[in-house]
Amino acid sequence: MTEYTAPLKDMLFVLRYLCGLDDLSQLPGCEDLSAELAAQVLEESGRFASGVLSPLNAVGDREGAHWEQGVVRMPAGFAPAYRQFIDAGWNSLPFPAEYGGQGLPRLLAAPVMEMWKSANLSFSLCPMLTSGAIEALLLRGTALQKQTYLPPMIEGRWTGTMNLTEPQAGSDLSLVNTRAEPVSPDAASDFADGALVELGECYRLHGQKIFITYGEHDLAENIIHLVLARTPGAPEGVRGLSLFIVPKYLPDAQGKPSLRNDVHCASIEHKLGIHASPTAVMLFGSGVGEVGAGAVGYRLGTLHHGLETMFIMMNAARFAVGMEGLALAERAMQQAVSYARDRRQSRDLSGAPGAVPIIRHPDVRRMLLSLRSQVEAMRALAYVVAAAMDVAHQHPDAAERARQQAFVDLMIPVVKGWNTENAVELSSLGVQVHGGMGFIEETGAAQLLRDARITTIYEGTTGIQANDLVGRKILRDGGKAVRAWMATMRDDQSALQLRLQSADAVTPAQKDNALRLAQVLDGALQSLQHCVDWILQSPQDAPRHLSAVHAGAVPMLTLCGLVAGGWQLARSVEVVLRLLDDDATTDRDFLEAKLHTASFYAEHALRRVQGLAASVMGGADAVLDMPESQF
Amino acid sequence: MKVLVPIKRVVDYNVKVRVRSDGSGVETANVKMSMNPFDEIAVEEAMRLKEAGLASEVVVVSCGVTACQETLRTGLAIGADRALLVESEVELQPLAVAKLLQAVCVREAPGLVIMGKQAIDDDSNQTGQMLAGLLGWPQATFASKLKLADGRAQVTREVDGGLETVSIRLPAVVTTDLRLNEPRYVTLPNIMKAKKKTLDVLKPAELGVDVSPRLKTLKVEEPPVRKAGIKVADVQALVDKLKNEAKVI
Repeated sequence: MTEYTAPLKDMLFVLRYLCGLDDLSQLPGCEDLSAELAAQVLEESGRFASGVLSPLNAVGDREGAHWEQGVVRMPAGFAPAYRQFIDAGWNSLPFPAEYGGQGLPRLLAAPVMEMWKSANLSFSLCPMLTSGAIEALLLRGTALQKQTYLPPMIEGRWTGTMNLTEPQAGSDLSLVNTRAEPVSPDAASDFADGALVELGECYRLHGQKIFITYGEHDLAENIIHLVLARTPGAPEGVRGLSLFIVPKYLPDAQGKPSLRNDVHCASIEHKLGIHASPTAVMLFGSGVGEVGAGAVGYRLGTLHHGLETMFIMMNAARFAVGMEGLALAERAMQQAVSYARDRRQSRDLSGAPGAVPIIRHPDVRRMLLSLRSQVEAMRALAYVVAAAMDVAHQHPDAAERARQQAFVDLMIPVVKGWNTENAVELSSLGVQVHGGMGFIEETGAAQLLRDARITTIYEGTTGIQANDLVGRKILRDGGKAVRAWMATMRDDQSALQLRLQSADAVTPAQKDNALRLAQVLDGALQSLQHCVDWILQSPQDAPRHLSAVHAGAVPMLTLCGLVAGGWQLARSVEVVLRLLDDDATTDRDFLEAKLHTASFYAEHALRRVQGLAASVMGGADAVLDMPESQF
Repeated sequence: MKVLVPIKRVVDYNVKVRVRSDGSGVETANVKMSMNPFDEIAVEEAMRLKEAGLASEVVVVSCGVTACQETLRTGLAIGADRALLVESEVELQPLAVAKLLQAVCVREAPGLVIMGKQAIDDDSNQTGQMLAGLLGWPQATFASKLKLADGRAQVTREVDGGLETVSIRLPAVVTTDLRLNEPRYVTLPNIMKAKKKTLDVLKPAELGVDVSPRLKTLKVEEPPVRKAGIKVADVQALVDKLKNEAKVI
């Protein structure tokens, strides 16, 4: 097993040359950003990820979290590591300085997040959930709520959770039936002995939530649950749901945790992966605690608008899970390359005597290049989307903000769906490179595959992402956002072709490969165009067409991912050719490797686009026609 | 009391060092560079002295190319108060560095200099000793424990036979060994603060020091590849080989 090493060179390359880091630092609120700062922050976070989080990854997997009488004990080493993590200020990176954050842009938060997730996915989920709860409070909290909860949560002394799912309400939250009953101010003072009651309109919650990540643990002094629940007389469905802040310990007037609330962890799940991340069943209102019966909750935001708040946070959460896909694939690649260099089996095809490192065998190279090229494509795409999020928030021009937000909204299901499906495939390939040893837990390759498996499911399954892509993101605006994206990609494809006319610093073979990439990308863009046109057509039988579009939604999502990845690698190649032309002393090895990976991607990944397009446009009947009884 | 910590930018300890094809030295272009690990221990020790109220200011100083500023920024991010770069494109050898540091010490008048016992690139293990000699200050090398009291430093040294504890008068030069402490992880707020700290740049000429190299590198080559061992039949054969082939007894 190898420890994680942060891929600093590639991260910085993407930040500088593909995400326009220097331009971004011109935006209001991003003044602190510079290439030097980015390098220094990534250097130190990389050191922390390798030195502290990575060594706990296997331990966490083996030991798992333990439940006993409502208390959850984390695996050995997690509590001190979490303490170090928050002491070093990492939890506070992207949040406003006003509440103790460092106020750094999302673009810089993305690679740092990737590192935590590569080093130790289970660990990373704790700060990730806290971060989601912080976003919600920033967005909808009252001044007192912000003042009370944000500083300890941004510091990391308190952590946060999202309580949405119930046994009967998974992907469909309209079925949520956790109750929240208003408490009169008089009744509130009954339990308020030492607790702060002005924290918002007060409610008592009753119900059960499941799959609550870090719902209970021993890392922090308080846990702030954000709970989706229904108030009496609220409309049926999702429009009757409101959001509540339910602290494990109610804060007192000084903001210190005081009374134990009536919210308890009934058990934690045994899972396929992410063993160290406690997945809790939470009971609200079981009558245990220091506040009487019913979990005390304070409403966050407007009545009946709870799901809206959740949806605003959804982009961030889905993006973060997309980062998990990238992060796990990166780690799987590091493991596989290291094993393939080390492991000697069979002579090479030239027949020279003696077993060679398996990295010399063509099929092993193919697997390693699959990992490498797709990791680079996913990283470039994800960071570019992170940069667009910053522009969408900070740009002074409203039209530019809207343009970038439309791009972000379009790309979120792609980053989430495509990166995570890739992660399952690529971590499986990582196991394959190890041969029989990959099936043995001690190599660590198997853990990555098991950990990756949840990423295509939580925060919306791949199917949900694909429906979102074709429904909300392509059909709803009549294809405006997707056509704008395609126009950008065509411009970048032309820029590569233009660059190839002058690129003098590379060999004819390298130039040839880059030209082929440009051509394959051109073909892929045409296929995408056909699919988009087909989706947006308005045929006679509209309901049938809608079903047909959804039958091909996942192939369409994969297609968009492959094209988006190819687009980013084409941009990388354009940059590499420019850098090599400008300065012969640059890091040739690193840059030339990018030419190789891009060319592999063109031949082995991008070429699949044509086949997928056929499935998108012609595969629906085969999906829809078989009667249910014949299954 | 001011503490001065000289630090060196070296090839990162994780990098597998490669010899340049012309044999003139090791490859440093496009190679990850970082702070010499022994110097990290020195910065950490200085920070601990400051946190214990025994030092009032920690100044990190480096001698070398412009890029050494990155290494100094790391020192500032660990917690040093300010930084000083003596910038030179010329290859700096231990005696030149010691002379530069001597001049810096005259300017800065630190109560203590703590530095790595050696740098992991050339393993010279000379600069600290030369600096103490040039300044006429006491020195305690290979420190694994350091205590300050009453204008003196009590230093436990790692020597061949075990541990030796000496008491020296301040100002003095102390060089660090591996077991002195375990350096902390840099915190994000400190990285942000480091951007605003002062980093002064001087030229050797401003310090009146001639840094021209005095040693000439004839050739740098990879160590010979280790050959596979053999089994000997008996002790007699072993002794014979040690005597006549290896010529070690």
